[in-house]
Amino acid sequence: MAVLQSRPEGARRAIGLETIGMTKAFGPLVALDDVSIRVRPGSFHALLGENGAGKSTLVKCVMGFYQPTSGSALVNDREVSIPNPKAAHALGIGMVYQHFTLVPSLTAAENLVISRADTPAVIDWAKERKALEAFLETTPFKVPLDMPVSGLSAGEKQKLEILKQLYLDQSFLILDEPTSVLTPDEADEVLGLLRGMTEAGELTILMITHKFREVTAYADEVTVLRRGRMVGSGKVSDLSIDDMSRMMIGDTAIRESAARKAHSGEPLKLEIAGLFADDDEELPALEAVNLKVRCGEILGIAGVSGNGQSELIQVLSGQRLPSDGRIFIDGKPYEPERKLMDSFKVFGFSEEPLRNAAVPRMSVAENMAFRTFDKVPISPFRGWLSPSPMLKKARDLIAAYRVKTPSTEEPIENLSGGNVQRAILAREISGEVEVLIVANPCFGLDFASVAEIRAQIMDQRNRGAAVLLVSEDLDEILELADTVAVMSEGRITYTSPMDRTDRATIGHAMAGHH
Amino acid sequence: MAETADFPGLSSSVSGLREWGDRLRRSSEFIVIPVLALFVSGILFSVFLLALGKSPADFFSLVWRGGFGTSFSWQNTLVRSAPLILTALCVAIPARLGLVIIGGEGALVLGGFGAAAIAIPMVPWAPTPVLLGVMALASIVCGGIWIGLVGALRHYRGVNETISSLLLFYIAVSILNFFVEGALRDPSDPNKPSTMPIGRDNMIGMIPGTDVHWGLVVGIVLCVLLYLLMNRTTFGFAARITGGNLRAAQAQGLPVGRLMLVSCAIAGACAGLAGFLEVAAIHGKANASLIAGYGFTGILVSFLARHNPLVIVPVAVFLGGIAASGGLVQRRMDLPDATVLVLQGLIFLVILVSETFYGRLPFYRSKGEIS
Repeated sequence: MAVLQSRPEGARRAIGLETIGMTKAFGPLVALDDVSIRVRPGSFHALLGENGAGKSTLVKCVMGFYQPTSGSALVNDREVSIPNPKAAHALGIGMVYQHFTLVPSLTAAENLVISRADTPAVIDWAKERKALEAFLETTPFKVPLDMPVSGLSAGEKQKLEILKQLYLDQSFLILDEPTSVLTPDEADEVLGLLRGMTEAGELTILMITHKFREVTAYADEVTVLRRGRMVGSGKVSDLSIDDMSRMMIGDTAIRESAARKAHSGEPLKLEIAGLFADDDEELPALEAVNLKVRCGEILGIAGVSGNGQSELIQVLSGQRLPSDGRIFIDGKPYEPERKLMDSFKVFGFSEEPLRNAAVPRMSVAENMAFRTFDKVPISPFRGWLSPSPMLKKARDLIAAYRVKTPSTEEPIENLSGGNVQRAILAREISGEVEVLIVANPCFGLDFASVAEIRAQIMDQRNRGAAVLLVSEDLDEILELADTVAVMSEGRITYTSPMDRTDRATIGHAMAGHH
Repeated sequence: MAETADFPGLSSSVSGLREWGDRLRRSSEFIVIPVLALFVSGILFSVFLLALGKSPADFFSLVWRGGFGTSFSWQNTLVRSAPLILTALCVAIPARLGLVIIGGEGALVLGGFGAAAIAIPMVPWAPTPVLLGVMALASIVCGGIWIGLVGALRHYRGVNETISSLLLFYIAVSILNFFVEGALRDPSDPNKPSTMPIGRDNMIGMIPGTDVHWGLVVGIVLCVLLYLLMNRTTFGFAARITGGNLRAAQAQGLPVGRLMLVSCAIAGACAGLAGFLEVAAIHGKANASLIAGYGFTGILVSFLARHNPLVIVPVAVFLGGIAASGGLVQRRMDLPDATVLVLQGLIFLVILVSETFYGRLPFYRSKGEIS
């Protein structure tokens, strides 16, 4: 408690942070190249950039996780050295990660108290409670203190993460994509409160994000990184979204989103009827899920992460057994086994392909042959495998889908994320596709890959495939889907054609207001 | 590693040549790391010997002489390699599916017992080829069911295959003891409880001009066949997908459970066959001599060979040679017989640690993408 008590009430003051010529090289790879940014005290500063632009490297240098190859950091205009995260905390710099770091079985109060470095061996809870309540009075965030964290909503957890940093007396917060697990309403609430604290001069915020909406609505200033370099910065009020996205992407040609071909009266293709499934803890994860997808339709399933979407995808792709319910394609019962996948032409891909769809140590060519290895020409006669048609097919796909790989023999784990996904995409959609099951296909990819992959999905739709798209990125659903369904606590709670709904309505449904 | 640093393909712009060079660079990793590991275990073992006041130089030269120095020691080595090849296959095939089976010894014991037991009523009338054929079949069935059971437990009930295969080894030993000390005991042999002998005339002969029985040839042929199965068939490809990433295999609709079961059964059949060879070529009957540790040394062989059936043959010969030299070391250096087991254990430990170095040595780090 020493830290908290030594600070006079209301004297918490925002600090400013500056980096000068920050450079970080990993061997020959320069992840961060001469980056100088200036975050004024009490400002809400956004750090924009694609994946791999160097945002995390920069904040890890500031947090003391990495030592910069050259360059220095200034706090309140004084040069400081940050050899480790502890030093960063001592300077008042704290970080909130994309994923929660709370102990789920402990209450909010317990989580806060144990996070302190000086927690005594025997905790006087009555005293701690009083101190905690006094502390909560000084912040705008309200979180139930006595409920186990596992029972809190994502928004409350994120608030608690922020509270934890404030409780530890950090006055400069680095937020790493803090809203990725929140509903739009929750995101607005959390960012709004933080904005209020910066305006009051109590806090300085550096937020990593790629959502322009959050930058324009909440940030004062923005710095844009691209390929490890700072490519622009300024007041948000002086910049348009166009300016910022041009800075982020540079001259990279982005594939235009494919036009949506109008369909009408297409037949029903995929039907999911009364699907139930349990999660890994054997708790119900899917409850009576009913969905219908027509030919030439993209059904987008929106929802906050962890509401049963991953279990749904697992059931549809054969990674989890349903406890009840049926799947039909063309009115015939379907189960995700190889023969039926082939005869109904069901394909799919999802986020983190190295985890879900590829064998990291097998070569690019082998990974591209997963769908075709047991068919002519790779298997010319029953059971036998012939390597040369496999290599030829891989070379064709690598060329057609512009997969960057040193050779067909490279283990696929050595490719960049975008290229792994492109290789898997090539495998899954290069044939004739009638049903496509896709989950967060663009998670963690750069702009060019994202545009490419979304365009490919739209192409498949236009060709008449029934597409089931599960995505935690609402913008992706708004861009691609013909029909939107919202999943909340394992149920489909809202369904609407895309042209009869909007972001706010979907956002409310995601939050469980239906 | 200087000798590996100048592959021609690396700087070449011809893509075929570069692919070839790249493959060579990558595969050399699978030789360099185990060889380094052997070297390190040799050093550690030398420290052990020095602590006992013995000369490491004497030891290694005796191992050389006892295992590979003379034609007699070579034959001794090869006789010991034959069962090692087969028990190593019992580890290598499931390992491709990500299963760690360490109970090959149990399949060997049961396979040997099954072969000896089925021979008892047949010996009086059956011609030798028929007798040996039926015995081999019995051993394959016993071993296959035994390890197949491990695969089934894993697939249907989620039982850890490493633990269950180890525990099943103890059960296999109990089954053997139960019968050779009871119903099937040969009353004419008062010393060691054994089954009835199959008779000298019925036993598997030697490769002409040697004292090495045909089991070695069986092992080598099986290695080639199983190499082809794992690398040149759709079954092997599906097995490798399953072993590399279970979720990916499921998402491809592959029959994961059936693949596991079949692979385990094949593995058990190999170890069972080793038991048959021990009975039909060495002991002539089933008794506790079957429990000689071949199944456990086979684990080491397979790991050292990185579960590659073709590499298993030379590695089995290498470790067979170390085992064969045990007697000579014991006599000349006044060291206990178990000394070579210490060496084996050290090698295994270092090999397991060396597994973590794949892809981490600077030379083998990926060169990244071409832009």
